[in-house]
Amino acid sequence: MASRFENCKRNGEASKVVCSLPSARKTGTTICGVVFKGGVVLGADTRATKGIVVADKNCSKIHYISPKIYCCGAVTAADTEMTTQLISSNLELHALSSERRPKVVTANRMLQQMLFSYQGYIDPALVLGGVDCNGPHLYTICLHGSSDKLPYVTMGSGSLAAMAVFEDRYKPDMEEEEAKQLVRDAIAAGITNDLGSGRNVDLCVITEDKPHNEVNQRSVRYGQVPAYL
Amino acid sequence: MLSSLSFGDTGKMKEYHYTGAVEHRFSPYAFNGGTVLAVAGEDFAIVASDTRLSEGYSIHCRDSPKCYKLTDTTVIGCSGFHGDCLTLTKIIDARLKMYKHSNNKMMTSGAIAAMLSTILYGRRFFPYYVYNIIGGLDEEGKGAVYSFDPVGSYQRDTYKAGGSASAMLQPLLDNQIGFKNMEGVQHVPLTKEKAVQLVKDVFVSAAERDVYTGDALRICLITKEGMDEQTIPLRRD
Repeated sequence: MASRFENCKRNGEASKVVCSLPSARKTGTTICGVVFKGGVVLGADTRATKGIVVADKNCSKIHYISPKIYCCGAVTAADTEMTTQLISSNLELHALSSERRPKVVTANRMLQQMLFSYQGYIDPALVLGGVDCNGPHLYTICLHGSSDKLPYVTMGSGSLAAMAVFEDRYKPDMEEEEAKQLVRDAIAAGITNDLGSGRNVDLCVITEDKPHNEVNQRSVRYGQVPAYL
Repeated sequence: MLSSLSFGDTGKMKEYHYTGAVEHRFSPYAFNGGTVLAVAGEDFAIVASDTRLSEGYSIHCRDSPKCYKLTDTTVIGCSGFHGDCLTLTKIIDARLKMYKHSNNKMMTSGAIAAMLSTILYGRRFFPYYVYNIIGGLDEEGKGAVYSFDPVGSYQRDTYKAGGSASAMLQPLLDNQIGFKNMEGVQHVPLTKEKAVQLVKDVFVSAAERDVYTGDALRICLITKEGMDEQTIPLRRD
């Protein structure tokens, strides 16, 4: 699939004449992920902003890729949704034709190649995590197509606040409850200190033995209502 | 890292050199957020503001109220660029003292409003980046609200919202206090208690949808008995 850029020049000319192109809804956001003993925990806040106005107070930023692979997306909302849906369906076809459960590294490679072919014009900031036959994996993928494989990552406008919490308390081989608490606290730091993030913390815990439909349940309240509400 | 931005129209790499003047942009203004609201009743006035000071996506301070007491009967709410808010309130305080010493009486709300208009217009070509709303009691003891633009145009209102969430709050106030856009509703005059509750509800809504509004709400209720201040917590995210 070749990328076509004819419209970019037209848009450049048009933006000199007309005011500006309609702006996409950005999500501000704090997203993060951590690898623990036996799996991966992904976390995200739930505020979507359009400029300084909150467009959605409870949007879902953790997207399904495959039964044991999920992806959090920041920055432009449409880009993260469309990109993850496309890779999810391509990965399903790939899994059917190879007759194997999909690997996280495959999803990572597909995302990288797609984003690179669009040369940075598509702008999602992704945290991809999952469990496959080789164990738990966590990747972060940036808009130009570069990717990093790390034990803990944060992205979005609240990434500095969340990374401060991770750098303080991350340990390798944590237990599941400890990892969930760490991710919850990191996202909470982003929510309170970053104006682009807010509201609730969504968690997604992926392990080898958890059944698929328990992995990312929305509206299941876990823990106390935070003090700032 | 190569990106499409470093390639010119012909497809060759653009030259990257520093000969010639390079323009650096410095902006003397910053936007520090915050929302201010004032309501005038029959014999009271309310000036309320949130207490969050922000810049970009960060929060500078969670406890920086934007209502400043000028006299026993007048409070001013200033939002916009915090540096200009501080300087402007210092200048107004100094002018109030000068007036008191030369005229042997305190300035009335209307007089303060007129004076502020001339102070702001004096900086017509390098304005104070401040959205002002004055609330207080006039000479007859009735509530008065004066709203300003950054260069000094002002008018007397019954209610006004200013600052970052003003576009969200003003229609709500038009409906609830001015009874606009409603049919067959009795125009009940606003009581003090109902007005304070309305201001609290309105700020809670603003904190939900505007990222620059939140942390806490400071309400100043001005009556002929004096000024009463309350602080109510708001969302901190």
